[in-house]
Amino acid sequence: MATTSTPVTHHGGHHAAHASFLEDPQHRGLMSWLTTVDHKRIGLMYLWSVLTAFLLGGLFALALRLELLTPKEDFMTAETYNKVFTLHGAVMVFLFIIPAIPAALGNFVLPLMLGAKDVAFPRLNLASYYVYMTGAIMALTAILTGGIDTGWTFYTPYSTTTGGAVTLMTFSVFVLGFSSIFTGINFVATVHKLRAPGMGWFDLPLFVWGTYATAIIQVLATPVLAITLLLLAFERMFQIGIFDAKLGGDPVLFQHFFWFYSHPAVYIMILPGMAIISEIIPTFSKKHIFGYRAIAFSSVAIALISFIVWGHHMFTSGQSQLAAVIFSFLTFLVAIPSGIKVFNWVATMYRGSIALDTPMLYAISFLLLFTIGGLTGIFLGALSVDIHLHDTYFIVAHFHYVMMGGTVIAFLAGVHYWWPKMFGRMYNETWARIGCILVFFGFNITFLNQFAMGAKGMPRRYYSYLDQFQGNHIGSTVGSWVLALGLFIAAGVLLASLRKKYDAPDNPWGSKTMEWETQSPPITHNFPNNPVMQHGPYDYNAPSVRREA
Amino acid sequence: MSSHTLPAPGDTHGHDDHGHHDPNLQHHFVEMAQQFDTAKLGMWLFLATEILMFGGLFVGFGLQQAKFPEAFKAAHHHLDRTMGALNTVVLLISSFTMVLAVWAAQTGRRKVLITNLALTLVCAGTFLVVKYFEYSHKIHDGLLPGKFFHYAQGQPNEYIFFSFYFMMTGLHGSHVILGMGAITWLLIRAIKGDFGPGYYTPVDLVGLFWHLVDLIWIYLFPLLYLIG
Amino acid sequence: MSHHAPSTTSGGHAAGHHDHSNDWKLYLGILLALLVLTVVTVAAASFDFGSANVIIAVLIATCKATLVALFFMHLRHDSPVNAIIFLSSLLFLSFLLILCIIDIGSRIEPKPANWKGPSPGLISPADLDKPVVPAGTAPAAGAAPAAAPAPKH
Repeated sequence: MATTSTPVTHHGGHHAAHASFLEDPQHRGLMSWLTTVDHKRIGLMYLWSVLTAFLLGGLFALALRLELLTPKEDFMTAETYNKVFTLHGAVMVFLFIIPAIPAALGNFVLPLMLGAKDVAFPRLNLASYYVYMTGAIMALTAILTGGIDTGWTFYTPYSTTTGGAVTLMTFSVFVLGFSSIFTGINFVATVHKLRAPGMGWFDLPLFVWGTYATAIIQVLATPVLAITLLLLAFERMFQIGIFDAKLGGDPVLFQHFFWFYSHPAVYIMILPGMAIISEIIPTFSKKHIFGYRAIAFSSVAIALISFIVWGHHMFTSGQSQLAAVIFSFLTFLVAIPSGIKVFNWVATMYRGSIALDTPMLYAISFLLLFTIGGLTGIFLGALSVDIHLHDTYFIVAHFHYVMMGGTVIAFLAGVHYWWPKMFGRMYNETWARIGCILVFFGFNITFLNQFAMGAKGMPRRYYSYLDQFQGNHIGSTVGSWVLALGLFIAAGVLLASLRKKYDAPDNPWGSKTMEWETQSPPITHNFPNNPVMQHGPYDYNAPSVRREA
Repeated sequence: MSSHTLPAPGDTHGHDDHGHHDPNLQHHFVEMAQQFDTAKLGMWLFLATEILMFGGLFVGFGLQQAKFPEAFKAAHHHLDRTMGALNTVVLLISSFTMVLAVWAAQTGRRKVLITNLALTLVCAGTFLVVKYFEYSHKIHDGLLPGKFFHYAQGQPNEYIFFSFYFMMTGLHGSHVILGMGAITWLLIRAIKGDFGPGYYTPVDLVGLFWHLVDLIWIYLFPLLYLIG
Repeated sequence: MSHHAPSTTSGGHAAGHHDHSNDWKLYLGILLALLVLTVVTVAAASFDFGSANVIIAVLIATCKATLVALFFMHLRHDSPVNAIIFLSSLLFLSFLLILCIIDIGSRIEPKPANWKGPSPGLISPADLDKPVVPAGTAPAAGAAPAAAPAPKH
């Protein structure tokens, strides 16, 4: 096969015989999309859906920040504020960030990276999308018919006694959980059984390792969330007596059950982000990844440890002191594999020939932001410190540094990295970089202020506050505008590229993983022939390497 | 740059040329054995999710039982051990007929396959009928979950036991119904002659699901009926 | 399928290499063993071993479950990956159980020193719709809140 040193257009060159999956003549029209079992199309459908959810959740966030500009009530009552922050959390967690990387990018890229024609169970994959949409519509209905003011954590006994559409929302999350389980089952089976001939476990790209570890969590943790929410809904409807102390139940048990899922779920969110970074850093450093096995195993280690640390969300909730000490100790274990990853990424960049294209700019942002998020996590894992910082803006800032500074930035890195592969177009590099830089600074202005006021004692989830915190709140709100501007520029740059003709080469970044070996965008069956593993995913030391495009 | 996209050994044709393959082979698999193993792996992953979902209920049951041992002990005496034991035997037999069905498909015994699928359905139906009598008895006595509990001589907190009883057996029963649907589908396909030694994946997968339903009951029976 | 390319996979069709025609005898034996164990567990329940009751019941159930998993679900000859998936689901479930027990078992329940009422948390069905009475003021009603304080919001 010829290398593609010149841009391949859709109508010319080597690939003329193969129409891309976007406009396969055998699969045309809306129905062909709605009934597709092609992992690439399902991935794109997920991509547009999660981006819509991101926009919705982001607008809620902007509204919250605007309300917090002054210490007094401006345009939201306390009740409205409670509902809006619940919706921001629930939409961002369940509709955006959990499916974002695995279901949207992972669906598209994972089979290509393995040299497979599709995921193991294509129909289950499509079912997962429709289950997701069903859950999303239920969530939207819950929002429109009364809203939820419990926070995204649905803590009992408040959630069993408050009005609103809590029952519908729990069923919605129950349904969304199944979509996540289906994706997880699919990915585990795909990685086990559909690798290209010659591709062993240690030839897998690290993105695959990360998504694999994520899929394990999705399969093993999500069912417990399902049963927890079912119990919660029944407690609300029938007073069955498990979570409500008034009925003989134990509200802390709800928190145990909830966090048994939701703490691993935090790693469902961050592991795929780390996985993307593990692809981008060697590609743009033009160096073999440093510590391949350490990164691969640390993904699995994070997945396993994530199941035994959930109690650190409950240090002030009435769990026993013994349990709190045990959970605090176990929590520190997470720092080890996370630290291993950061060190290996930095070591990969060391003396590499670094190209600061947009994906790499996002990846470097990730390194900085995730490290801050991770280190503040160690503070919070320390039992005594957490008693002071619990339920303050310090927590809010910490998880936004991990979830947004980590996962969302990595998601944006991945979108910019694989955009040419997904849509066959290059975007405007200058404007994309400007967007990235605005996102980075906007994010830090927003959330560094929250660290500061959290440490000073500003509690989370209040619509009004003492005057002394106003300086930080103004800074945070202005930061949110910069952040939003950066995100809109990034979205505009990417969408604008769709109006162009196909101009992306097969391998614009000179990557070594398999998805770049097929044309951009790929044909319906991914590869003209069944591919065979010829070289490792990070063999940048091979002599034939050169930067294309 | 050296290319990944060389033809795989044993695969000399293009992506859209599968004419001479087994019609049950999906396009993204190279061979039937790979497809079978993948399907089985997927089924086991699904079973793992089922175990964790039921497991959450078991953990909740265990913790509440430890909290209110007298109430649970008193409450479990309202359950009919004979009916529970009968249902245990019925489900064990259905598991046996199901594994025979898998074996029959694997070894190409079509009549044995059809007979055993039918017998499994009969057992599943029997289980549900027994369950129906148990339920209607409980409903009549007011031994119901949560706020619906109105048994005249009710002890404190007995309703929590019945909350768990109905949730656990209800969730289990819904799996029995799902399984019956799947077995009916197998039966129709078996009568059409779809299965044989070369292709019996659906029989095997439904079999696994059905054994899991049995497995859960193996724990439910002593915990609910015998220990309380 | 007889024309397998060399495959890294195992189990399933690969198990077709051994003769299956007499497997039904094995299955029948397993069924009889399961029925015997059912009788044993019912018989054991008629004796009171105190707190060992649960352990005995769960042990017998686990024996039965092991037989079902190994023979009826074919884990004995299947790819080890499937067994690992099965066992890891039990392992992670045990994490949930054990860590919850550690917490609940080591909680210190705050009670007034002169508390004489029923243990906290006991509620009669008749009390379900009544308002919660603070602990200590009306011990006869028994509607004391459970040990755990409500979570903050």
